[in-house]
Amino acid sequence: MIDGFLALYLFMLAAFTGHEIISRVPVILHTPLMSGSNFVHGIVLIGAMVALGEATTPTEQIIGFVGVFLGAGNAAGGYVVTERMLEMFKSSKRPGSKQDGAKP
Amino acid sequence: MNSAQIVSLLIQATYFVAAVLLIMGIKRMSSPVTARSGIQWAGVGVLVAVIATFFHHGGDHGLLIENAALIFIAIASSTVIAWYSGRRVAMTAMPQMVALYNGMGGGSAAAIGASALLGFAALVGAPKFVPFQPQANTSQVVLAVVGALIGSVSFTGSLIAFAKLQGWMDKTFRFTGQQLVNGLCFLAAVVLGALVVLHPQTHTIVLFFGAALLFGILMTLPIGGADMPVVISLYNAFTGLAVGFEGYVQQNVALIIAGTVVGAAGTLLTRLMAKAMNRSISNVLFSNFGAGGDAAQEIKGSLKPIEADDAASLLYLAEKIIIVPGYGMAVAQAQHKIWELSQQLIKRDKDVKFAIHPVAGRMPGHMNVLLAEAGVPYDLIADMDDINPEFPNCDVAIVIGANDVVNPVAKTDKSSPIYGMPILDVAKAKQVIVIKRGKGTGFAGIENALFYQDNCRMLYADGQEAATKLIAGLKAVDGGGGH
Repeated sequence: MIDGFLALYLFMLAAFTGHEIISRVPVILHTPLMSGSNFVHGIVLIGAMVALGEATTPTEQIIGFVGVFLGAGNAAGGYVVTERMLEMFKSSKRPGSKQDGAKP
Repeated sequence: MNSAQIVSLLIQATYFVAAVLLIMGIKRMSSPVTARSGIQWAGVGVLVAVIATFFHHGGDHGLLIENAALIFIAIASSTVIAWYSGRRVAMTAMPQMVALYNGMGGGSAAAIGASALLGFAALVGAPKFVPFQPQANTSQVVLAVVGALIGSVSFTGSLIAFAKLQGWMDKTFRFTGQQLVNGLCFLAAVVLGALVVLHPQTHTIVLFFGAALLFGILMTLPIGGADMPVVISLYNAFTGLAVGFEGYVQQNVALIIAGTVVGAAGTLLTRLMAKAMNRSISNVLFSNFGAGGDAAQEIKGSLKPIEADDAASLLYLAEKIIIVPGYGMAVAQAQHKIWELSQQLIKRDKDVKFAIHPVAGRMPGHMNVLLAEAGVPYDLIADMDDINPEFPNCDVAIVIGANDVVNPVAKTDKSSPIYGMPILDVAKAKQVIVIKRGKGTGFAGIENALFYQDNCRMLYADGQEAATKLIAGLKAVDGGGGH
């Protein structure tokens, strides 16, 4: 059982971790990072799975089903969108970058 | 150790690995070089955690979790829909997709809270309930309620943000006494939440969720389009916190850590964004931005239109050109044409740079993403602080679809709603060309003094159309050869 001060320490350390890993981030990564952290809380899916997995009454099953459905959408959608954003980052130093519209 | 204990231990170990992968994933996403691998690490983390959870079981009947079929159906159907829509949607619509998926996460956390609270209510089993008994750990009930409240607000709030950005509803929705109604709704949610903590009963729980969901809607209705980036980021942090709290309720450390990390990171990101607009978060949430329009200073001068061919000649004669994109470029999907225009200019030995205001578009970095999509290398893209000193030496500044972020009123007019917001000093360029579809105002709903300046010319056209005409104009000047 994680309780009392142990839980407080856990929350505190996790909060510092979150603060530290994204401070000093270049502006160009703000959107992908927001999208990426949006994906990371998609881990809520496993909590919803446990809720549905422990459901016995139809009401609990409906709520659990909604929870799993929404959580899976968060995870899957968050991943796809973030990956699409990050796919596009490239530097001009790399030759052969996309030349759409370069032909005069 | 029996087999159930071994399985439980393996699940815990997988969760630990997942938590490490998620944190390292976010860390890697905070640098452009490692960002792509970051999302993949985090993806593996969630995937292994989900697979492990299929073997979670409270009792000792069967290998798989109860309701495994239902769980599988829910995950499969939702994943297919989200994956498909996430792949198909245009890059310009990314902000609302992030809002939508974030809202789903908040809803999921609220659902976990709801099932936990209903479970507590069943434990209580009516009449002889004594609060604060060990069978329903009080801290768990409290955090279930708080997490459910935050998750519900994030759920409906994000959906409203999505609807606004998607253009399904008005950007702002205001009525007299709105603050009071919102305040009462919040109060009702808090009081009902307290009642649920003191005595979990099904009907109080239902009312509590009703108030919490309604508050999310009411809170987001009056917030205007210009503030949406901040609000989406705030709700992202909300969902993270809700996930962390519900993780405590379920005693799932992976949820606690991942949720709290996102909650803290999201809060910091929200503050950075609000700071970039020179506004506080409470200001964004509770002030009616751009509603007044009262004693705004008179703007002298007139709007001076220019034809594309003349604008092309100006560009041909210029040496240093700075392009300032805004949301209008995203709407017109003009990023590819603009990059084509820039390549034509670079071919003619012009010094071309892109200047990005931190809140241009609907999310911070929105413009960077679009330009990256078009293939613009990120070393041609400059942040506000780096580029502002270069404007006085700039021969032509092209403003495409940006408005409030280049409005000098932010520096001069104390009565303006955007007063104090840092802006791009486009007004100091020798010549400014503004590509704009019509004479409308920006999201703040105020006139732009830049457009009336003597050195400013208006090129009225859709972004794509304008860029195409400018390219044609350039080629007409020198026969298309460049050198």
